[in-house]
Amino acid sequence: MAKEPGIKLEGVSKCFESRTGPVTALETIDLDIRDGEFFCIVGPSGCGKTTLLRILAGLEDSTSGKVLVRQGGGNRPLNSMVFQEQSVFPWMTVRANVSYGLRLRGVPAKERNEIAASYIRKIGLSKFADCYPHQLSGGMKQRVSVARAFANDPEILLMDEPFGALDEQNRIILQQELLRIWEETHKTTVFITHSIDEALCLGDRVLIMTAHPGRVKAIIDIDLPRPRDIAEIRTTLHYNELFQTVWLTLRDEVLKGKELEMAQGK
Amino acid sequence: MAKSPHNTLLFRTLSVLSPLTLLLVWELLARIHAIDTRLFSSPSLIVQAFAPLALSGELILNTLVSVQRVVLGFVAGAAPGIVLGMSMGLSPFVRSAVEPMIAATYPIPKLAIMPLILLVFGLGETSKVFTIAIGVFYLVVINTMAGVLNIDKIYLDVAKNFGASRKDFYLTVAFPGALPLIFAGLKLGMGMALILIVAAEMSAAKAGVGWMIWRAYDMFDIERMFVALIVLSVLGYIFSLLLDAVERWVVPWKQQ
Repeated sequence: MAKEPGIKLEGVSKCFESRTGPVTALETIDLDIRDGEFFCIVGPSGCGKTTLLRILAGLEDSTSGKVLVRQGGGNRPLNSMVFQEQSVFPWMTVRANVSYGLRLRGVPAKERNEIAASYIRKIGLSKFADCYPHQLSGGMKQRVSVARAFANDPEILLMDEPFGALDEQNRIILQQELLRIWEETHKTTVFITHSIDEALCLGDRVLIMTAHPGRVKAIIDIDLPRPRDIAEIRTTLHYNELFQTVWLTLRDEVLKGKELEMAQGK
Repeated sequence: MAKSPHNTLLFRTLSVLSPLTLLLVWELLARIHAIDTRLFSSPSLIVQAFAPLALSGELILNTLVSVQRVVLGFVAGAAPGIVLGMSMGLSPFVRSAVEPMIAATYPIPKLAIMPLILLVFGLGETSKVFTIAIGVFYLVVINTMAGVLNIDKIYLDVAKNFGASRKDFYLTVAFPGALPLIFAGLKLGMGMALILIVAAEMSAAKAGVGWMIWRAYDMFDIERMFVALIVLSVLGYIFSLLLDAVERWVVPWKQQ
């Protein structure tokens, strides 16, 4: 028997009104994301991947179509998002940031502090629990943002290029940390990235989107063994084959996206 | 740029020496009658005038009267300023309704409406407190609104994504996010309060530092006037230190 999907999208479309008329950002997206899956999305810039994630997060409405998220029961929140840009509250300590979702849900202070402390330990910031974000580096802030989403214990995790703004060394370390925390929970995760490498290192499957308007071009299985060591996995032959497959599928779309940008005189 | 400790010491010394030098030059010019001491007095004459004023309790009394008016007026202006500014920042409805009135009346010099305030509230304490309150109110309301409107949109998304209720949103995002600019408004308001206290005590007051200045003017008592001016300067300094301390306590996350 097939497992019930974690997230099901049926004909999801999104149109924006712009000065030059309506613009279709997403066109009839049909998608089943399995329960407990790490699902990556890559696509040329401007293909609407962030829009798709914001629809999943409930921050934007789709113009048509349906989004279904499997509700496991209890008072577990539907989703928590890790944003691309700096999004930890500057006016809260690391501890308060990480326990934010729990606080809003009325979890008693003692319990939420324990949960927060365990995630702060997982991201290696125990010494900084009472610090404010301005005392932290960019990588540390993004760790807090990841911990805040995990601590909220949602049905699904949504990540919008969370490591995009970090330098490569920091990025690799955070990717490895994310893998470690994810292995413990196996939470359904939708992860947007522009890096093929990142998608292959982290994901179970990768969705390749078409250039404007965004549609499903292909979904590729990343059958690399888990648990993964990022440094190790990159040296394998299979990783390179997958990289080739994803890039060849993506390349045409990237070129098409460029042409479109030129045509619009950007 | 202070690169070495030696340099830092130099700059510190300079900061102390320059005002002392100014006082010294002032005193010298007065002694050799290069300036008219009847108008400009001299540091030593001011110090001589200070002692009896302080000892008789007159200075303390007048200072306390003014401090009370400033504090009452400051609170009476700041509290509604914060509340209205928050509402204007949060609700486009309130903003569209109130902002034109604020924008239209803000440029009116507060001194220009003092006669009206005196007619409405009479010659008692209320008119003085109200004059200060109104000056503080405008600066606080405008800055508070800007504080809310300037909160990065990303934090609104985070609050929404984490399921914040309206009340959660006020308490965890809007108010803390607006605090730095609220304090900017409070500090500007405090400066305004000190300007207005002197003006308010000009008419129909029987005590206060501002009243001392106008009284000294009537009696052509320059030293007394300078003493009052020094008190105002010290008051301004103390108030700004207090606000800074409160800010450090309330907004510990602000990058210094």
